[in-house]
Amino acid sequence: MPQISSKTSKPVLRALFSALWLAFLALPILVFRVNSISGIIEYQWSRLPKLLAAGFLASLLWNYFQKRHLLKQESPKAGSSSAGPPITWADRFLARTDRYRWLSLLGFGLMVLPFFCSPYAVKILTTALIYITLGLGLNIVVGVSGLLHLGYAAFFAVGAYVYGLLNYYFGWGFWVCLPLGTLSAALAGLLLGLPVIRLTGDYLAIVTLGFGEIVRLLLTNSSLTMGPRGIGNIPPPGFFGLDLNEKFRPFLVEHLALNPYMDLNKIWIYLIILLIVVLTTIAALRLENSRLGRAWLALREDETACQSVGISPSQAKLTALTLGSSFAGLAGVVFAAQITFIAPSSFSFMDSIYILTIVVLGGMGSISGVIAGAAVISCLPEFLREAEEYRFLIFGALMVLMMVYRPQGLIRSVRSVCSRS
Amino acid sequence: MSPKNNLSDTILETKALTMHFGGLMALNSVSLKIQRLSITALIGPNGAGKTTLFNCLTGLYKPSGGQIIFNKSSRESLHLNGRAPYCVSRLGLARTFQNIRLFNNLTVLENVLIGGHCRLKSGLWGALFRGRKTKKEEKDILEYSHSLLKNYGLAREAGSLAKNLPYGAQRRLEIIRALAAGPSILLLDEPAAGLNLAETKELEEIIEKVRDLEKLTIILIEHDMSLVMSISHQIHVLDYGRLIASGPPEAIRCDPQVIRAYLGAAAS
Repeated sequence: MPQISSKTSKPVLRALFSALWLAFLALPILVFRVNSISGIIEYQWSRLPKLLAAGFLASLLWNYFQKRHLLKQESPKAGSSSAGPPITWADRFLARTDRYRWLSLLGFGLMVLPFFCSPYAVKILTTALIYITLGLGLNIVVGVSGLLHLGYAAFFAVGAYVYGLLNYYFGWGFWVCLPLGTLSAALAGLLLGLPVIRLTGDYLAIVTLGFGEIVRLLLTNSSLTMGPRGIGNIPPPGFFGLDLNEKFRPFLVEHLALNPYMDLNKIWIYLIILLIVVLTTIAALRLENSRLGRAWLALREDETACQSVGISPSQAKLTALTLGSSFAGLAGVVFAAQITFIAPSSFSFMDSIYILTIVVLGGMGSISGVIAGAAVISCLPEFLREAEEYRFLIFGALMVLMMVYRPQGLIRSVRSVCSRS
Repeated sequence: MSPKNNLSDTILETKALTMHFGGLMALNSVSLKIQRLSITALIGPNGAGKTTLFNCLTGLYKPSGGQIIFNKSSRESLHLNGRAPYCVSRLGLARTFQNIRLFNNLTVLENVLIGGHCRLKSGLWGALFRGRKTKKEEKDILEYSHSLLKNYGLAREAGSLAKNLPYGAQRRLEIIRALAAGPSILLLDEPAAGLNLAETKELEEIIEKVRDLEKLTIILIEHDMSLVMSISHQIHVLDYGRLIASGPPEAIRCDPQVIRAYLGAAAS
């Protein structure tokens, strides 16, 4: 593979370039700081060298692993014909089987992480994981099947409200509502899908946009859902009927010297959503390399050709919408449990766009990309807290830059089927 | 070559097939028979209704009148009128398109795998839990796809994106994708369009190879007369939506009506 080896021959230059690019992208976030009290912008130039150094090192390491990975790959089947587009190490990361060790290590790290974090950090992490689930679901609809969906937050709302309402009226718990919320969202997806079977492209986008608004308005104006006041006091998920904070916190604090103010309920939610993310990632990976996933891809690429090979476009659309929505329902139930209070304003059009941004920024159709995108998008607002009013401005600028310089997203989708055979 | 009695059996038949778009008569009562395991060519000047006929056969258009009868086997015969395109292709009619329609951003292998869609059965649960049956199915289709690519000379390109293939290879890939469905009739819409002489020669070899290896019926629309004359058993000529001649190549070559359709009426 001469193309790739020549590219990796100048890792230092490339790393330097990446570091500069990263610094440029992160400049408004990390260096400019709006002091909202005195109303001036502070410049924290001292952060810049650190940022550059970190970017440089990360890029060097990245290159090193990429090279090692390529060498490893070339040696067993030299001269074989896998001449695809250049593929980075990260692209292949999730597609590789012998990375299971790494992944389980990472999983273990993520499992113990919240016990050593502040409650604030746990909240951010949980939110990031919820967004990953949402991104993976929307990726099925937008990235894989190519159906532009602008009302995805509605299904998120369905999941959240199923838990909120069932708990408010009947006192049902989290574990009952989790499958119910998922199913309800899937059903809502199916209901939306039935009338839009014949639509594609822009028309589909308009209908989904309308659907999202209908759901939000219904929730706002119905007395059943407490209107704009929302539903409060949503309990955390149960743990075999035990009060986590009462039972386990003294033990953890005493013997492991952990933070005495940590909220074990929140950590429990974090662990649940972590498990959900693992399961949904596996599901998404498997779907992508299945008959069903290939039908979705065919639908995205060419609807007429997809019919001519015996795929029913309506069926493919319906399954994509239903499955994608069920992911959102799953995330919605966890979301309701996490923030304990839900109101229609949490499921606005902007939230749909937010999730869409994750998919586009991360890389359409790329599962690792969506995960990276969700991490970036859900952490950005925390960095942008000082510049809250400019948040969407910066978002917009980022999106434009991405579209111009890296339209395939952070991590491009790799058609990995050739490497498996 | 297959024995004569095999050729005599009709696999596809249209009876007074009519298709009009508003006032335009694209197909006017076309009745023709396609013999099993034959190579049949459909020719005619531009706008004669050849592609319309293909679109009717494969369900993309709903015929305004007439019947399409598909004799899947000697005992089983089905009406194709009004069936959705994906149903028709599941029944065993695979086609290619005049302007190539590949899944451009997918790899060559994936294109072929998708072509094999209707051979597989696994659904959502199969995909999620990947049981033994699904695994075997996936393994089989992968092997089959690789063997198809190897047979028709695209094995080296298996991993590259379809859009990056040269034009001739894209045409070939479209044929392979159609074959992956395991059809009993293969419909080729102008397979030689845009190919140079060498590529056309290659295409001819491929079509012959398909006929010999896959044991299927081929219907093709083609303008390249040398190709048509050399490979087809039967030729049907369309002009302004009407069938003006049918017969073996030798008869068509000197049919006065065909000559008139192509060259215009001789001054009397």
